[in-house]
Amino acid sequence: MTTVGFIARNALRNKRRFLLSVSSVAVSLFLLVTLQVALRELTNPINDEGSTLRIIVRNKVSLAQPLPARQLPTIERIPGVAAITPFSYYGGLYKGDEKFTSFAQFAVDPARALDLLSDAKVPPEQLKAWIADRTSAIVGKMTADRYKLKIGDRMPFTGQIYPCDLEFKIAGIYEGTADDRNVMFHQKYLDESLGNPGTVGTWWVKATSVEEAPLLTERINKAFANTSAEVRAETERAFQLGFVSMWANIKILIGGISMVVVFALLLVTVSTMSMAIRERFRELAVLKALGFRRRELFAFILAESFGLATLGALVGAGGAWLLYRSLDMPKLTNGMFVVFEVTPQMLALAFSIAAVLGLLSAIAPMLGVARTSVVQGLKTLD
Amino acid sequence: MSTFFGQGVANLTFIYYLLPSFMRPPNIVTIRELSKEYRQGEINVIALNNISLDIEQGEFLTLMGPSGSGKSTLLHIIAGIDRPTKGVCRVQDVDVTKLNESGLADWRNQNVGFVFQTFNLIPVLTAFENVELPLLLTRLGAKRRREQVNTALELVGLADRSKHLPRQLSGGQEQRVAIARALVTDPKLIVADEPTGNLDSSSAQEVLSILQLLSKQIGKTVIMVTHDPKAAAFGSRSIHLEKGELIN
Repeated sequence: MTTVGFIARNALRNKRRFLLSVSSVAVSLFLLVTLQVALRELTNPINDEGSTLRIIVRNKVSLAQPLPARQLPTIERIPGVAAITPFSYYGGLYKGDEKFTSFAQFAVDPARALDLLSDAKVPPEQLKAWIADRTSAIVGKMTADRYKLKIGDRMPFTGQIYPCDLEFKIAGIYEGTADDRNVMFHQKYLDESLGNPGTVGTWWVKATSVEEAPLLTERINKAFANTSAEVRAETERAFQLGFVSMWANIKILIGGISMVVVFALLLVTVSTMSMAIRERFRELAVLKALGFRRRELFAFILAESFGLATLGALVGAGGAWLLYRSLDMPKLTNGMFVVFEVTPQMLALAFSIAAVLGLLSAIAPMLGVARTSVVQGLKTLD
Repeated sequence: MSTFFGQGVANLTFIYYLLPSFMRPPNIVTIRELSKEYRQGEINVIALNNISLDIEQGEFLTLMGPSGSGKSTLLHIIAGIDRPTKGVCRVQDVDVTKLNESGLADWRNQNVGFVFQTFNLIPVLTAFENVELPLLLTRLGAKRRREQVNTALELVGLADRSKHLPRQLSGGQEQRVAIARALVTDPKLIVADEPTGNLDSSSAQEVLSILQLLSKQIGKTVIMVTHDPKAAAFGSRSIHLEKGELIN
């Protein structure tokens, strides 16, 4: 018999309680990891290689205010601009979706847009067909796969922001971007459907270099200062983080839930360990009588508690890692979550929590053992 | 196992006590003016009052007396699991009252074997593993440990039950495993607190015979607390306590 074997036998003496305890730790840590993954997904926008060069230009008053289309030549002339396209969020409800369409639709200038979407791969003939047909669109592969769409199919949308319904003919299917879900269609088609108001949602600008990008945002902002449509230009990253800041309450909520989960877990583990040790008080007194010192008994208790918590973490956090690796989350969540990845940091967090739990839940039983003499231990339960 | 006394020596108890002290075996336990008091709520209880006692090596001493007379307390102090309020308790020239917690644990492991009334075997360990338990604290290798455990189990007649869990053994067998556990580190002193209290008469007889054998043939000093005069008859000497004092 080895010391490890002895500890394992003790831990497994009540198999049902052991299983329930490990399960409670596992389920809690699974939930915690899932919350962390969801939080990351919501607050960490997906970036592709081109995102460092892209600049979003929007109305300084608010994102909801459109910009005049006449700004295009002014921006084009600003030094450091490599490409520009209008970029208007249509926000339609796709036919068949009842309340929420999980992919975005953007009105762009097709001839210009692909200069900004350097990662997107569209076969040349499809691109040609898209540019040629004003009512056509290109669709991200994820959306095409999800709705089983093919070239030539039609996609009807009900306007939720703009007072117009649109129908696109699929001219091409793109892939290769960090988020192959969106639909891109002609800004002109949106313009015409709205009665040619001469506005765009935002401008999407590509800087000539990464170093140039921050300077370019300043130049664009200055170019429209004190005009009827002042703009706010910012890097794509800053733009996305602006959205993320709107998730602040969600972050607090998820953080709060995570803390409650950990606290409940602590109570469960402490109670389990206390119960397990209380049942064995006489045995621990006997071990003391046989010559086991306090520190050896502490080591037994700590190892048992630590082992239980770590096993729970292995099942819970490891299980989450395995599960989310094997599931098609975009499909399961209707495209709401794309990456849904358990990162090494999240696993480290789960295992650290398990380690702390193991330590904390061992303290009370260890104090109990330390305070009880051999005679008291034998008398109490004899 | 060490053999201190030859077989049959203990039968010569009467002549033995007539021998001058230098011809007698040395004392393994020397107790002088030992007292133990403790508080029970508001009341101060005197468990032991000024006890002086010598126990010689190889003796099978039985401690008798009514409940609350202090016999178990005396046994616990000799075995190093309780501390006196005052007095000296030397076991093998070590004043156990002076040892700290950790030193006392080491000392117990090397010098004392315990046999309890309720056997106190670890239910999840087999008979072999229960006996091996005290050896986990030693530096013995697995092979040596196995040999010692097998010897101890053979001595109590349970070599064929080594893989059984305590619940698969009878009460008498459990107590014999407990005796094997007490013996396995080869201690000079074995303390038994009412070892037959939970056994039927036949099993009690077996256990007492083993304890007697350990004393007579192997030279272990056995100190046993008992209420039962029949059990006490197995000892080589019997002392009585009442209200914390030695009567004879």
